[in-house]
Amino acid sequence: MLQYTLKRILLVIPVVVFISVIVFYIIQLPPGDYVSNYAAEMSVAGEVFTQEDMDAMRADLGLDRPVYEQYFIWIKDIVVHGDFGFSFNYNKPVLAVIEQYMGLTLTVSLVTMAFQYLVAIPIGIYCAVKQYSIGDYFFSGLSFLGMATPHFLMAVILMFLSYTWFGDPLLGLFSAEYVNAEWSMAKMIDLAKHMVIPVIVIGLSGTADLIRVMRGQMLDELNKPNVVTARAKGLSERKILFKYPTRAALNPIVSTFGWSLTSIFTGSTITAIVLNLPIQGPVMFNALLGQDMYLAGTWLLFMALLTVLGTLISDILLAWLDPKIRTEFRGT
Amino acid sequence: MTAEAVQTQQPLLRVRDLKIRIQMDNGVMNAVDGVDFEIRKGKTLGLVGESGCGKSLTSRALLSINPKECETSGTVAYLSSSEPGAAGKPLNLLSLDPNGRQIRSIRGRKIAMIFQEPMTAFSPMYTIGNQITEAILIHRTRNKKEAKKIALEMLSKVGISDQEKRFDQYPHEFSGGMRQRAMISMALSCNPELLIADEPTTALDVTIQAQVLELMKTLQQEFGMAILLVTHDLGIIAEMCDEVAVMYLGKIVEQAPVKEIFHNPKHPYTKGLLRSMPRLGGNKSKRLDSIEGAVPIPVNMPPMCGFYERCKDRMEGICNAQSVPATQISGSHTVRCFLYSDQHGGE
Repeated sequence: MLQYTLKRILLVIPVVVFISVIVFYIIQLPPGDYVSNYAAEMSVAGEVFTQEDMDAMRADLGLDRPVYEQYFIWIKDIVVHGDFGFSFNYNKPVLAVIEQYMGLTLTVSLVTMAFQYLVAIPIGIYCAVKQYSIGDYFFSGLSFLGMATPHFLMAVILMFLSYTWFGDPLLGLFSAEYVNAEWSMAKMIDLAKHMVIPVIVIGLSGTADLIRVMRGQMLDELNKPNVVTARAKGLSERKILFKYPTRAALNPIVSTFGWSLTSIFTGSTITAIVLNLPIQGPVMFNALLGQDMYLAGTWLLFMALLTVLGTLISDILLAWLDPKIRTEFRGT
Repeated sequence: MTAEAVQTQQPLLRVRDLKIRIQMDNGVMNAVDGVDFEIRKGKTLGLVGESGCGKSLTSRALLSINPKECETSGTVAYLSSSEPGAAGKPLNLLSLDPNGRQIRSIRGRKIAMIFQEPMTAFSPMYTIGNQITEAILIHRTRNKKEAKKIALEMLSKVGISDQEKRFDQYPHEFSGGMRQRAMISMALSCNPELLIADEPTTALDVTIQAQVLELMKTLQQEFGMAILLVTHDLGIIAEMCDEVAVMYLGKIVEQAPVKEIFHNPKHPYTKGLLRSMPRLGGNKSKRLDSIEGAVPIPVNMPPMCGFYERCKDRMEGICNAQSVPATQISGSHTVRCFLYSDQHGGE
């Protein structure tokens, strides 16, 4: 098991190197660069920006070098100095920008993820046990609706409802008086209040999806002979339900666990723009628009790393959960 | 033992007019349609029939563990001598709440069950030891150490060596025969009065089959339990049973002591079954007999003999006009066929 884990972790390194090359290639793909973008903006504002100015700026930012050289400088700085480059948009190191948003991004994402699993798994179990009951139809209908409703629409609807019922659309993650305030109990409560809508909106389709998966898995497991065996042994229905079908149905849920965090990160961009959330999604979006290449690149690299790590965690969890996989490693 | 002696043995379970109806899209299926039989203490009753004749449903109905789509009626009277408080008084198992405490105290404890496919009958998620001790922990002791001791003892009784190591292994680390042995040890761990074996050897290869059957016989003598053996294999019936009930389309068409069934079969279906069995020293170039046609699906069946379409001796206007009553041929031999009925004198 330990050997398997180590081997998997070592395998992450070449994957990440490969991804970094692709990422850098992709962010170079759009025509023009930050300087030409900047020049365009300047001329709109009425400033004169000559070719010499642009060349000087390129030389200053290191954009005049060949692409592969830029890549190696970027990677060298990451590996040697832990420096991910400079964000042109924010005029700050990339890390500082990411740091600024990371705390809230992680909070929103992890809470959303917890929300998804805590809501979907019990409902999935309920729907399978009471298949074709009114409750099952209700939740199935709701989950199809949840899957089909676009995020931004849901966000707007909830904002409207919140405004008509409570007189506050709950935009952003903090009320105005708390944005720059020190952390306190009141600020936490304010944050919790503001997280309700984002968590529901971002988590909705994932929850709906998980309900479907859990329900299907449970229906499969409930009809397995091992449930009949357990019943013939004299176990109570409740004990059977949790010990046998639920336990077995969790495996496929766990195996997709790794990707769900990434999909929450990327899936929340539009919601974050609509709800004006101070999280990574909109930052990334602007970085791509403005050709802020190091910020965009770092962000993409980070997402890729998250996916790889998520998959790794899923695999290890699955190996730990599934005796068939686990015993294969017992001998080694 | 003579047929009469078998008959006088005290019954443990008396099934009367057991019916299982299943609501289908195109009508009601009478999957089990008025089944009567008795299981005697320490004896083996064979329930034989083709796939889909209702034999598995019947065996599961005894413990009320059929899916909830199955509407079950009739009585399953359980006459236990050791049931405290109700000594000698029959208890109708079908009248109990299928999820209730009382039936659960009988399942696994008084009446245990083993299944056809030991791979899927065990959960792949837990060790064999965990799944065996589970039953012991419900019925015999709350002490985990003691339960493990009992389980290890049972594993050695069914011929599994190196029990300590086997105890902590998962079902996929066992071979098919081993799994069925473990299954038997699990079923017998609470020393039941009746073991229901639903096609226990169908999924095993022939040499393992013989070993498992031998094991069941030995353990039956040791523990003194009764066995209800559900199978489609007449060879196993001949090997194992004291009495046989032949089932066809939800009804028991013939019931007799095992020798009687093999030497003096009455019902055309029983005769057909016996003819379709390969015989040692038989003519190899001759094709085996088979019963013509297929089993009809018992949905919206009119009252008639279910075997009518396939029967060589059918009597038009009689067999397809009314349901067939059971006729007593001798003290322990009954058959459900108009050929032997007084009303429409055949022979």
